[in-house]
Amino acid sequence: MSVINIKGSDDTPTVVLDKENNIFKISGRSLPEDVVAFYTPILDWLTEYASDPLDKTVFDFQLEYFNTASSKLLLDVLLKLEDINSDGHDVLVRWHYPDDDEDMLDAGAEYAEIVDVPFEQVPYTID
Amino acid sequence: MASMKEHKESLDFVYDFYVKMKRNKINLAYEGEITHQITKAFTSLTETNMAREEDASSVQKKVFHVMVECLQNISKHSESTPNSSAKDGRGIFMVSKGDTEYNVTTGNIIKNENVDKLRGILENINKLDKDGLNKLYKQQMREGHISDRGGAGLGFIDIARKTGEKLLYSFLKIDSINSFFVLTSTISRIKE
Repeated sequence: MSVINIKGSDDTPTVVLDKENNIFKISGRSLPEDVVAFYTPILDWLTEYASDPLDKTVFDFQLEYFNTASSKLLLDVLLKLEDINSDGHDVLVRWHYPDDDEDMLDAGAEYAEIVDVPFEQVPYTID
Repeated sequence: MASMKEHKESLDFVYDFYVKMKRNKINLAYEGEITHQITKAFTSLTETNMAREEDASSVQKKVFHVMVECLQNISKHSESTPNSSAKDGRGIFMVSKGDTEYNVTTGNIIKNENVDKLRGILENINKLDKDGLNKLYKQQMREGHISDRGGAGLGFIDIARKTGEKLLYSFLKIDSINSFFVLTSTISRIKE
Protein backbone atom coordinates (compact mmCIF):
# COMPACT_ATOMS: atom_id res chain seq x y z
CA MET A 1 0.00 0.00 0.00
CA SER A 2 1.21 3.54 -0.78
CA VAL A 3 2.70 5.76 1.92
CA ILE A 4 1.51 9.25 2.77
CA ASN A 5 4.34 11.45 3.94
CA ILE A 6 3.48 15.16 4.02
CA LYS A 7 5.99 17.58 5.45
CA GLY A 8 4.33 20.16 7.68
CA SER A 9 4.40 23.92 7.23
CA ASP A 10 3.28 26.88 9.33
CA ASP A 11 -0.33 26.17 8.34
CA THR A 12 -0.45 22.47 7.48
CA PRO A 13 0.39 19.47 9.66
CA THR A 14 3.00 16.78 9.16
CA VAL A 15 1.21 13.61 8.15
CA VAL A 16 2.73 10.13 8.02
CA LEU A 17 0.55 7.15 7.11
CA ASP A 18 2.79 4.14 6.61
CA LYS A 19 1.25 0.72 7.01
CA GLU A 20 4.46 -1.21 6.40
CA ASN A 21 6.36 0.62 9.15
CA ASN A 22 3.32 0.89 11.41
CA ILE A 23 3.38 4.69 11.66
CA PHE A 24 0.16 6.68 11.69
CA LYS A 25 0.61 10.25 12.83
CA ILE A 26 -0.71 13.77 12.33
CA SER A 27 1.28 16.51 14.06
CA GLY A 28 1.92 20.26 14.02
CA ARG A 29 -0.41 23.05 13.00
CA SER A 30 -3.56 22.73 10.94
CA LEU A 31 -5.16 25.82 9.41
CA PRO A 32 -4.91 25.11 5.69
CA GLU A 33 -6.32 27.52 3.16
CA ASP A 34 -8.50 24.70 1.80
CA VAL A 35 -9.16 22.09 4.50
CA VAL A 36 -11.13 19.76 2.23
CA ALA A 37 -8.37 19.64 -0.38
CA PHE A 38 -5.78 18.96 2.30
CA TYR A 39 -7.64 16.19 4.15
CA THR A 40 -9.30 14.39 1.21
CA PRO A 41 -6.19 12.33 0.26
CA ILE A 42 -5.78 11.39 3.94
CA LEU A 43 -9.40 10.24 4.23
CA ASP A 44 -9.14 8.35 0.93
CA TRP A 45 -5.99 6.62 2.15
CA LEU A 46 -7.77 5.56 5.37
CA THR A 47 -10.72 4.20 3.39
CA GLU A 48 -8.34 2.01 1.42
CA TYR A 49 -6.44 1.02 4.58
CA ALA A 50 -9.71 0.04 6.29
CA SER A 51 -10.23 -2.75 3.76
CA ASP A 52 -7.09 -4.54 5.00
CA PRO A 53 -5.77 -2.96 8.22
CA LEU A 54 -3.09 -4.20 10.63
CA ASP A 55 -4.30 -6.26 13.60
CA LYS A 56 -3.59 -3.24 15.75
CA THR A 57 -3.46 0.37 14.58
CA VAL A 58 -2.02 3.01 16.94
CA PHE A 59 -2.84 6.45 15.57
CA ASP A 60 -1.02 9.44 17.06
CA PHE A 61 -2.32 13.00 17.02
CA GLN A 62 0.18 15.57 18.24
CA LEU A 63 -1.24 18.91 17.24
CA GLU A 64 -0.09 22.29 18.48
CA TYR A 65 -2.98 24.11 16.91
CA PHE A 66 -5.96 23.50 14.65
CA ASN A 67 -8.70 25.82 13.46
CA THR A 68 -12.43 24.98 13.60
CA ALA A 69 -12.62 23.92 9.95
CA SER A 70 -9.82 21.42 10.63
CA SER A 71 -11.65 20.17 13.74
CA LYS A 72 -14.43 18.92 11.50
CA LEU A 73 -11.99 17.08 9.22
CA LEU A 74 -10.09 15.62 12.18
CA LEU A 75 -13.42 14.20 13.34
CA ASP A 76 -13.80 12.59 9.91
CA VAL A 77 -10.36 10.98 10.35
CA LEU A 78 -11.42 9.68 13.79
CA LEU A 79 -14.68 8.32 12.37
CA LYS A 80 -12.66 6.28 9.87
CA LEU A 81 -10.69 4.84 12.80
CA GLU A 82 -13.96 4.10 14.59
CA ASP A 83 -15.11 2.10 11.54
CA ILE A 84 -11.90 0.05 11.54
CA ASN A 85 -12.34 -0.63 15.25
CA SER A 86 -15.98 -1.62 14.93
CA ASP A 87 -15.02 -4.05 12.13
CA GLY A 88 -13.11 -6.01 14.78
CA HIS A 89 -9.56 -4.63 14.37
CA ASP A 90 -7.82 -3.07 17.36
CA VAL A 91 -7.37 0.67 17.18
CA LEU A 92 -5.84 2.98 19.76
CA VAL A 93 -5.91 6.75 19.39
CA ARG A 94 -3.17 8.54 21.29
CA TRP A 95 -3.93 12.24 21.72
CA HIS A 96 -0.73 14.07 22.63
CA TYR A 97 -1.21 17.52 24.15
CA PRO A 98 1.23 20.07 25.58
CA ASP A 99 0.96 19.71 29.38
CA ASP A 100 0.17 23.43 29.78
CA ASP A 101 -2.51 23.48 27.08
CA GLU A 102 -5.92 22.95 28.62
CA ASP A 103 -7.76 23.70 25.37
CA MET A 104 -5.91 20.91 23.55
CA LEU A 105 -6.65 18.52 26.43
CA ASP A 106 -10.34 19.52 26.26
CA ALA A 107 -10.37 19.03 22.49
CA GLY A 108 -9.11 15.47 22.97
CA ALA A 109 -11.71 14.78 25.64
CA GLU A 110 -14.40 16.08 23.32
CA TYR A 111 -13.35 13.75 20.49
CA ALA A 112 -13.15 10.84 22.95
CA GLU A 113 -16.79 11.48 23.85
CA ILE A 114 -17.98 11.64 20.25
CA VAL A 115 -16.04 8.74 18.75
CA ASP A 116 -16.38 5.16 19.96
CA VAL A 117 -12.73 4.12 19.87
CA PRO A 118 -10.09 3.44 22.58
CA PHE A 119 -8.59 6.83 23.32
CA GLU A 120 -5.57 7.78 25.40
CA GLN A 121 -4.51 11.29 26.44
CA VAL A 122 -0.73 11.72 26.54
CA PRO A 123 0.77 14.93 27.96
CA TYR A 124 4.14 16.15 26.73
CA THR A 125 6.38 19.04 27.68
CA ILE A 126 7.46 21.74 25.25
CA ASP A 127 10.93 23.09 26.08
CA MET B 1 0.88 66.99 -7.93
CA ALA B 2 -1.22 67.52 -4.83
CA SER B 3 -1.73 71.12 -3.81
CA MET B 4 -0.58 72.42 -0.44
CA LYS B 5 -4.19 72.51 0.73
CA GLU B 6 -4.71 68.85 -0.15
CA HIS B 7 -1.47 67.99 1.52
CA LYS B 8 -2.56 69.82 4.69
CA GLU B 9 -5.86 67.89 4.68
CA SER B 10 -4.01 64.65 4.22
CA LEU B 11 -1.69 65.52 7.11
CA ASP B 12 -4.67 66.31 9.33
CA PHE B 13 -6.27 63.01 8.40
CA VAL B 14 -3.13 61.00 9.11
CA TYR B 15 -2.54 62.73 12.45
CA ASP B 16 -6.19 62.35 13.47
CA PHE B 17 -6.05 58.67 12.52
CA TYR B 18 -2.81 58.23 14.48
CA VAL B 19 -4.28 59.90 17.60
CA LYS B 20 -7.43 57.78 17.40
CA MET B 21 -5.44 54.58 17.06
CA LYS B 22 -3.29 55.54 20.04
CA ARG B 23 -6.30 56.52 22.14
CA ASN B 24 -8.08 53.24 21.40
CA LYS B 25 -4.85 51.25 21.89
CA ILE B 26 -5.12 49.72 18.46
CA ASN B 27 -1.95 47.94 17.51
CA LEU B 28 -3.12 46.48 14.24
CA ALA B 29 -5.62 47.90 11.74
CA TYR B 30 -6.17 46.81 8.15
CA GLU B 31 -8.76 47.31 5.45
CA GLY B 32 -8.72 45.28 2.28
CA GLU B 33 -8.85 41.81 0.89
CA ILE B 34 -8.29 39.11 3.53
CA THR B 35 -6.24 36.42 1.85
CA HIS B 36 -4.71 33.36 3.46
CA GLN B 37 -1.31 35.11 3.25
CA ILE B 38 -2.71 38.12 5.17
CA THR B 39 -4.12 35.78 7.82
CA LYS B 40 -0.75 34.11 8.27
CA ALA B 41 1.13 37.42 8.34
CA PHE B 42 -1.16 39.04 10.96
CA THR B 43 -1.27 36.04 13.27
CA SER B 44 2.50 35.66 13.09
CA LEU B 45 3.05 39.39 13.78
CA THR B 46 0.72 39.31 16.79
CA GLU B 47 2.36 36.13 18.11
CA THR B 48 5.74 37.85 18.05
CA ASN B 49 4.36 40.93 19.82
CA MET B 50 2.60 38.89 22.49
CA ALA B 51 5.70 36.81 23.18
CA ARG B 52 7.58 40.08 23.75
CA GLU B 53 4.83 41.30 26.11
CA GLU B 54 5.13 38.07 28.06
CA ASP B 55 1.43 37.30 27.99
CA ALA B 56 0.61 33.84 29.35
CA SER B 57 0.83 31.18 26.66
CA SER B 58 -2.84 30.30 27.17
CA VAL B 59 -3.75 33.95 26.43
CA GLN B 60 -1.50 33.99 23.36
CA LYS B 61 -3.09 30.83 22.02
CA LYS B 62 -6.61 32.21 22.49
CA VAL B 63 -5.77 35.49 20.72
CA PHE B 64 -4.14 33.54 17.89
CA HIS B 65 -7.20 31.32 17.56
CA VAL B 66 -9.72 34.18 17.63
CA MET B 67 -7.70 36.03 14.98
CA VAL B 68 -7.57 32.98 12.71
CA GLU B 69 -11.31 32.35 12.99
CA CYS B 70 -12.25 36.03 12.49
CA LEU B 71 -9.93 36.48 9.50
CA GLN B 72 -11.16 33.27 7.89
CA ASN B 73 -14.76 34.41 8.44
CA ILE B 74 -14.12 37.56 6.42
CA SER B 75 -12.11 35.79 3.79
CA LYS B 76 -14.85 33.19 3.27
CA HIS B 77 -18.07 35.08 3.97
CA SER B 78 -17.67 38.79 3.29
CA GLU B 79 -19.47 40.02 0.19
CA SER B 80 -16.96 41.61 -2.12
CA THR B 81 -17.73 45.09 -3.34
CA PRO B 82 -19.79 45.05 -6.57
CA ASN B 83 -16.96 46.11 -8.88
CA SER B 84 -14.43 43.75 -7.35
CA SER B 85 -13.54 40.44 -8.93
CA ALA B 86 -11.57 39.36 -5.85
CA LYS B 87 -11.84 35.74 -4.79
CA ASP B 88 -11.31 36.57 -1.14
CA GLY B 89 -13.67 38.67 0.92
CA ARG B 90 -12.61 42.04 2.16
CA GLY B 91 -13.23 43.94 5.31
CA ILE B 92 -11.67 45.80 8.19
CA PHE B 93 -9.66 44.01 10.86
CA MET B 94 -8.38 45.48 14.12
CA VAL B 95 -6.62 44.24 17.22
CA SER B 96 -6.49 46.42 20.31
CA LYS B 97 -4.71 45.74 23.55
CA GLY B 98 -5.90 47.14 26.86
CA ASP B 99 -4.39 46.55 30.30
CA THR B 100 -6.71 43.65 31.00
CA GLU B 101 -7.84 42.37 27.60
CA TYR B 102 -7.30 42.01 23.89
CA ASN B 103 -10.10 42.93 21.51
CA VAL B 104 -10.33 41.55 18.00
CA THR B 105 -12.76 43.48 15.83
CA THR B 106 -13.85 42.72 12.29
CA GLY B 107 -16.17 44.65 10.00
CA ASN B 108 -17.44 43.49 6.65
CA ILE B 109 -20.28 43.83 4.20
CA ILE B 110 -23.05 41.27 4.15
CA LYS B 111 -26.27 41.14 2.13
CA ASN B 112 -29.37 42.44 3.94
CA GLU B 113 -31.14 39.16 3.21
CA ASN B 114 -28.54 37.33 5.34
CA VAL B 115 -28.70 39.65 8.35
CA ASP B 116 -31.58 37.93 10.18
CA LYS B 117 -30.02 34.49 9.84
CA LEU B 118 -26.64 35.65 11.14
CA ARG B 119 -28.25 37.63 13.96
CA GLY B 120 -30.18 34.52 14.97
CA ILE B 121 -27.02 32.40 15.07
CA LEU B 122 -25.19 34.97 17.21
CA GLU B 123 -28.17 35.53 19.57
CA ASN B 124 -28.42 31.79 20.10
CA ILE B 125 -24.69 31.51 20.90
CA ASN B 126 -24.87 34.37 23.40
CA LYS B 127 -27.76 32.71 25.25
CA LEU B 128 -25.73 29.57 25.97
CA ASP B 129 -23.43 28.85 28.90
CA LYS B 130 -20.21 26.85 28.53
CA ASP B 131 -21.96 23.45 28.62
CA GLY B 132 -24.52 24.61 26.08
CA LEU B 133 -21.76 25.87 23.78
CA ASN B 134 -19.87 22.58 24.08
CA LYS B 135 -23.04 20.67 23.16
CA LEU B 136 -23.73 22.93 20.20
CA TYR B 137 -20.14 22.61 18.99
CA LYS B 138 -20.25 18.82 19.14
CA GLN B 139 -23.61 18.71 17.38
CA GLN B 140 -22.43 21.05 14.63
CA MET B 141 -19.19 19.11 14.18
CA ARG B 142 -21.10 15.83 13.82
CA GLU B 143 -24.01 17.04 11.71
CA GLY B 144 -22.53 20.00 9.85
CA HIS B 145 -20.77 19.93 6.52
CA ILE B 146 -17.95 21.98 5.15
CA SER B 147 -19.66 24.61 3.00
CA ASP B 148 -18.70 25.56 -0.54
CA ARG B 149 -16.87 28.47 1.04
CA GLY B 150 -14.81 26.15 3.19
CA GLY B 151 -16.37 26.96 6.57
CA ALA B 152 -17.65 24.47 9.11
CA GLY B 153 -20.07 26.80 10.94
CA LEU B 154 -18.02 26.38 14.10
CA GLY B 155 -16.00 29.59 14.36
CA PHE B 156 -18.42 31.79 16.36
CA ILE B 157 -19.30 28.96 18.77
CA ASP B 158 -15.65 28.23 19.42
CA ILE B 159 -14.75 31.89 19.95
CA ALA B 160 -17.54 32.18 22.55
CA ARG B 161 -16.55 29.06 24.46
CA LYS B 162 -12.79 29.60 24.36
CA THR B 163 -12.93 33.25 25.43
CA GLY B 164 -15.78 32.75 27.93
CA GLU B 165 -17.14 36.15 26.81
CA LYS B 166 -20.29 37.16 24.97
CA LEU B 167 -19.85 38.10 21.31
CA LEU B 168 -20.42 41.82 20.72
CA TYR B 169 -21.93 42.53 17.33
CA SER B 170 -24.06 44.96 15.38
CA PHE B 171 -25.45 45.48 11.91
CA LEU B 172 -25.55 48.83 10.15
CA LYS B 173 -27.76 49.07 7.09
CA ILE B 174 -25.83 50.69 4.24
CA ASP B 175 -28.46 50.65 1.47
CA SER B 176 -31.24 48.47 0.04
CA ILE B 177 -28.79 45.64 -0.70
CA ASN B 178 -26.03 45.61 1.89
CA SER B 179 -25.33 45.95 5.60
CA PHE B 180 -22.11 46.38 7.53
CA PHE B 181 -21.51 43.70 10.15
CA VAL B 182 -19.20 44.44 13.09
CA LEU B 183 -18.05 41.79 15.55
CA THR B 184 -15.81 42.24 18.58
CA SER B 185 -14.33 39.32 20.51
CA THR B 186 -12.68 39.93 23.87
CA ILE B 187 -9.87 37.82 25.29
CA SER B 188 -8.96 38.45 28.92
CA ARG B 189 -5.23 38.97 29.59
CA ILE B 190 -5.70 37.93 33.19
CA LYS B 191 -4.88 34.28 33.58
CA GLU B 192 -7.66 32.25 35.14
